[in-house]
Amino acid sequence: MNLVKIDKNGFKQGIDRARKEYRLFGPAKGKEGHTIRHLDTDEYPDMTYNDSVLSAKSVLFPQTEKMLYTTFDESEPDHHIMKRAQADYSPQAVVGIKPFDAKALEILHLNFDNGDYRDPYFCDALEATTLVGIAVNSPGSCDFSTSTGTGPFDESALDILLVDTGDQYYAKIITDKGQSFAETCGFEEAADEKAATDEINALKEKAENAVTSEIQYENIAEKSIVELYNAPLWDDIAFSCINCGTCTFVCPTCWCFDIQDESKGNSCTRMRNWDTCMSPLFTLHASGHNPRGEKTSRVRQRFMHKLKYFLDKYDQGIMCVGCGRCVKQCPVNIDIREVCNKLNAYEEKA
Amino acid sequence: MENPYLPYPVRIEDIEIATEDKSLKTFTFVFLNKEDEKKFSYKAGQFAELSIPGQGEIPIGIASSPTEKGFVKFTVFKTGVVTTFLHNMKVGDIMGIRGPLGNWYPWESLENKNILIVGGGFAFTTLRSSIIYMLDPENRSGFKDIHVVYGARSPGMLLYRDELVQWEKRDDINMHITVDSTDDPDWKYHTGFVPQISEEVAPKATEDTYAIVCGPPIMIKFTQPVLEKLGYKENQIIMSLENRMKCGIGMCGRCNIGKELVCKDGPVFTLDRLNRTPKEY
Repeated sequence: MNLVKIDKNGFKQGIDRARKEYRLFGPAKGKEGHTIRHLDTDEYPDMTYNDSVLSAKSVLFPQTEKMLYTTFDESEPDHHIMKRAQADYSPQAVVGIKPFDAKALEILHLNFDNGDYRDPYFCDALEATTLVGIAVNSPGSCDFSTSTGTGPFDESALDILLVDTGDQYYAKIITDKGQSFAETCGFEEAADEKAATDEINALKEKAENAVTSEIQYENIAEKSIVELYNAPLWDDIAFSCINCGTCTFVCPTCWCFDIQDESKGNSCTRMRNWDTCMSPLFTLHASGHNPRGEKTSRVRQRFMHKLKYFLDKYDQGIMCVGCGRCVKQCPVNIDIREVCNKLNAYEEKA
Repeated sequence: MENPYLPYPVRIEDIEIATEDKSLKTFTFVFLNKEDEKKFSYKAGQFAELSIPGQGEIPIGIASSPTEKGFVKFTVFKTGVVTTFLHNMKVGDIMGIRGPLGNWYPWESLENKNILIVGGGFAFTTLRSSIIYMLDPENRSGFKDIHVVYGARSPGMLLYRDELVQWEKRDDINMHITVDSTDDPDWKYHTGFVPQISEEVAPKATEDTYAIVCGPPIMIKFTQPVLEKLGYKENQIIMSLENRMKCGIGMCGRCNIGKELVCKDGPVFTLDRLNRTPKEY
């Protein structure tokens, strides 16, 4: 691994150099707070942001995305034959992604490359992407990332980790992709390894100690799916839920999507859009039958998927990185930390 | 690697009205590109997404058998947006097929076993595929006794009637055809619900007997205790599920029952496995 230092003016110049070879995405302030979006040629990532309303999920998995297209015009030789929609898979970089949001992309990758099938839209975008993370020095009150197997300084899913020491950044170059990005930016001034490591570790410890809330899930694996599914907890948990779906949209690990065809005149596009398990339409059969027609069954699905089904299926922890967005933005204060701890503590009555 | 969302282009070769109320039609498709037919190599019990540009996609069980070459067949009930559009399409129209998808009846472990097929109503499509597959001269010796209990509301609602009559005449398959009721004085088969007829005619389970059950929920509900009474264990009862699907390849997240995805880990499950998962189907 390679440690470099970047002064803050040099950082901006580096970003300008990167623009020539990468399409840049990063935190930008909007009306409703920060989002991670494409940066215009005169914009710089706002590295001081505390929270973004949405994660960087949409860079690789857009909220709406063209998949296929065709024409209904029967004078065309390939009418009604679907083809892949064009998209730009040239190199791109997300600068200023939070470490746990990068971890969430690893979780999405598990779903979109499942051994039997590879989703080319997500995977091609991921391969084109360099993730330049910013360590979180001051975690927010809803952050519980340290107890989900990641954390404010987790570098495991990043290509570069930037650490803001006030007057400058240290950059830990983690992968070859990161190395190429750093070279493009001209981030090459070696840091004093010992001093930099000490300073980074001190900031890391301070940040991790500032994460005060946590969840426990170590007992969930040994309970059976049916036992937790039938636990008499779900009506209480779901009672206040209004099925708005906010939790699923702000979640960096929620991957469910819908496929819809749109046509105008003779042109036809097959789109995919984020979907939500909170909607009754999500599972409604054409016959009218709905296996998750009740609110409680949908709330149960969301938490069981994240905390139990995913855990059992992949044996790689839970499908939650502890970003706290769903906790913060839920209009009725449903808190995944409480739900997780309840499941963890649940004992079936004999 | 191939794009799993990209359908193979097909042409509608034939459309046949399958039931007297015209609510079901059987569509025969041929692949526009010959090599796609090889890529679409399937086993009885699998399904595919029928893909109509501008309308959407529907997951439908494959009704043709892998032993039938040159075409694929699907029998479709008119019920939603896509199926209604499909029912109005014409021979020669171009559309797409994506698949084959999902798992299949466990043919590897069904070898040299007695097979009991219990089917009801529209859910006979992949069972037709299975019967044609087992009766193929190449395959028939790979199975012992074959019993089929198949029922519909009335004689005109039975699918594949010509084939049923042919199978009825053969001595290497025991057909037990039934209808809920009929006023046809010449009706020479059973009258009564599938569970009740199964109780009368289905073979008792031995270690070498497996039941494949496909039908509406009410039929499954009442057939299960009958099979138990006949000695079938949970791992000897094989069922095929359906749930709402979009992607068909285990990614879009809606068809799950517990951690199993009906589209990719199913649609075929043993009762044993289903009993260890939430019944969200």
